[in-house]
Amino acid sequence: MNVERNLILAFESSCDETSVAVIENGEKILSNIVATQIKSHQRFGGVVPEVASRHHIEQITDCIDLAMSEAAVSYEDLSAVAVTYGPGLVGALLIGVTAAKTVAYAHDLPLIPVNHMAGHIYAARYVKPIEFPALALLVSGGHTELVYLAGPGQFEIIGETRDDAAGEAYDKIGRVLGINYPAGPEVDRLAHLGQDTFHFPRAMDDSKSFDFSFSGLKSAFINTVHHADQIGETLKREDLAASFQQAVVDVLADKTMRALDAYPVKQLILAGGVAANHGLRERLDSELTAFSDVEFLKAPLKLCGDNAAMIGAAAYVSYQLKQFGDMSLNADPSLEFDWIAS
Amino acid sequence: MKVLALDTSNQTLSVAVMSDDQVLATTTVTTTRKHGAHLLPIIKESMQIAKLKPADLDRVVVADGPGSYTGLRIGVTTAKTLADTLSIELVGVSSLGAIAANIMAENQLVAVMFDGRNDNVFAGVYRIQNGMPVSVIEDQHIPFEKLLPQIKALAEPVVVLGDLDAFKERLKTALEANLIQYPIELSLPSAVQLGRLGQRQAPVSDVTSFVPRYLRLTKAEADWQKQHPKEDSSHYVEKV
Repeated sequence: MNVERNLILAFESSCDETSVAVIENGEKILSNIVATQIKSHQRFGGVVPEVASRHHIEQITDCIDLAMSEAAVSYEDLSAVAVTYGPGLVGALLIGVTAAKTVAYAHDLPLIPVNHMAGHIYAARYVKPIEFPALALLVSGGHTELVYLAGPGQFEIIGETRDDAAGEAYDKIGRVLGINYPAGPEVDRLAHLGQDTFHFPRAMDDSKSFDFSFSGLKSAFINTVHHADQIGETLKREDLAASFQQAVVDVLADKTMRALDAYPVKQLILAGGVAANHGLRERLDSELTAFSDVEFLKAPLKLCGDNAAMIGAAAYVSYQLKQFGDMSLNADPSLEFDWIAS
Repeated sequence: MKVLALDTSNQTLSVAVMSDDQVLATTTVTTTRKHGAHLLPIIKESMQIAKLKPADLDRVVVADGPGSYTGLRIGVTTAKTLADTLSIELVGVSSLGAIAANIMAENQLVAVMFDGRNDNVFAGVYRIQNGMPVSVIEDQHIPFEKLLPQIKALAEPVVVLGDLDAFKERLKTALEANLIQYPIELSLPSAVQLGRLGQRQAPVSDVTSFVPRYLRLTKAEADWQKQHPKEDSSHYVEKV
């Protein structure tokens, strides 16, 4: 039997990674080129938007050429072009959106606009198919949210951060510890060498909503370190990291378990840049033993950060639902899922 | 030669489809603030009117700077992606030079400037020779007060085009009778002129490394380079 091969050329440029991928049938990565600008922005202690945009335009066609040649496909083989159109940095998004529209126009291919957060969720598709209903915990440098997936292409927020994203809090306390952006991996490593001795506040932990808050925790951390500095006391970095991470993980795990009680699902999906955090993965692994009928799908470590493979997987669902965009597609920096109807 | 020319370097968006020097279709819009949303639909419509398919194109010409950073990136990303994906030629033309090409008088000096904020300008001075603008003072980002004496020192009549609101009075005072002013529409970029210039210029040898000529570092980058004068910047972006 000759089953038609669906090939999607996917673009991602929402922040500091330029990525282009070729995805077969929404489940197989033929290529996934990622050009990361981290070393450039480390010079400035964080992402500088205009610098990011300038790097994206330097990289974009090289990434296209590499993705096509590594996948060993030609433009005639493609079924569609997909692109992240938000949320993210507007100038950065525009490079991917403009390049994707141009390729779609040049080769008369359908264009699939993809929400970056849907992409993160679909990184888990490379572990196994998503079964509905599902719940996703999305944790990254820009976002912390719980998303309910009733069916394919349906994403509804049930809770999100009211201030800092979890990854943002990691970067901010990392700066206090002298760790350059992105601080998550190093704080995670230190945390495994220390103990929760500081008992920082667990924000929002008693409230009934599924919203998160991390700015109080961040302030408590910074105040503790500054106070110690003033009285000439040196605090153990490993214990500071462990105490911070424990508080973050407690809040994330607690809210997620409560969401699982309120919304019975077949799968829990963990995705986003902070999904690579070992402390968080381990904690959710152990908590989920109480939900024997919920399968835990963790985005592969290599696909937790921004990449176009995840965009291609999400786009395949849109392709089947015939959710196409046109040549007037524009970047939408503040794009977000709808809230669930209460 | 079938050519697509596009300029999104400033407020004006201009697209032309040409067959050699014959204009098949052209559209110029001065009111959009959303070049990202409008450029591709206008290209698509212009190509349809010209009865050309993307694969029929031999060359794409783009105004590659100076100008609005975001505007430049929309035009240059479109142009370099089109050249890359269709394996056709790519030419970058100065956004200032393209406006100077609106003037046809042989041997005429033409100064073009865009407002660069804080009394700075992105500016270049050209002489029209054989119908083509040839650079006399190179395109640069410069305080207006430093540029003005350089133009004055040329000591001949000069047509001044571009965003002149903040500079008109001082131009009159300094250049006196040597200042030649034309109606505002001659300050608008035209993709037809761009296409004409772009057909007389050699295509870029490496589409991949083609980027806008911003003529100005970002503040973060400038500060960094000041503090790290010998640092090699080639390794900042890496494929992982």
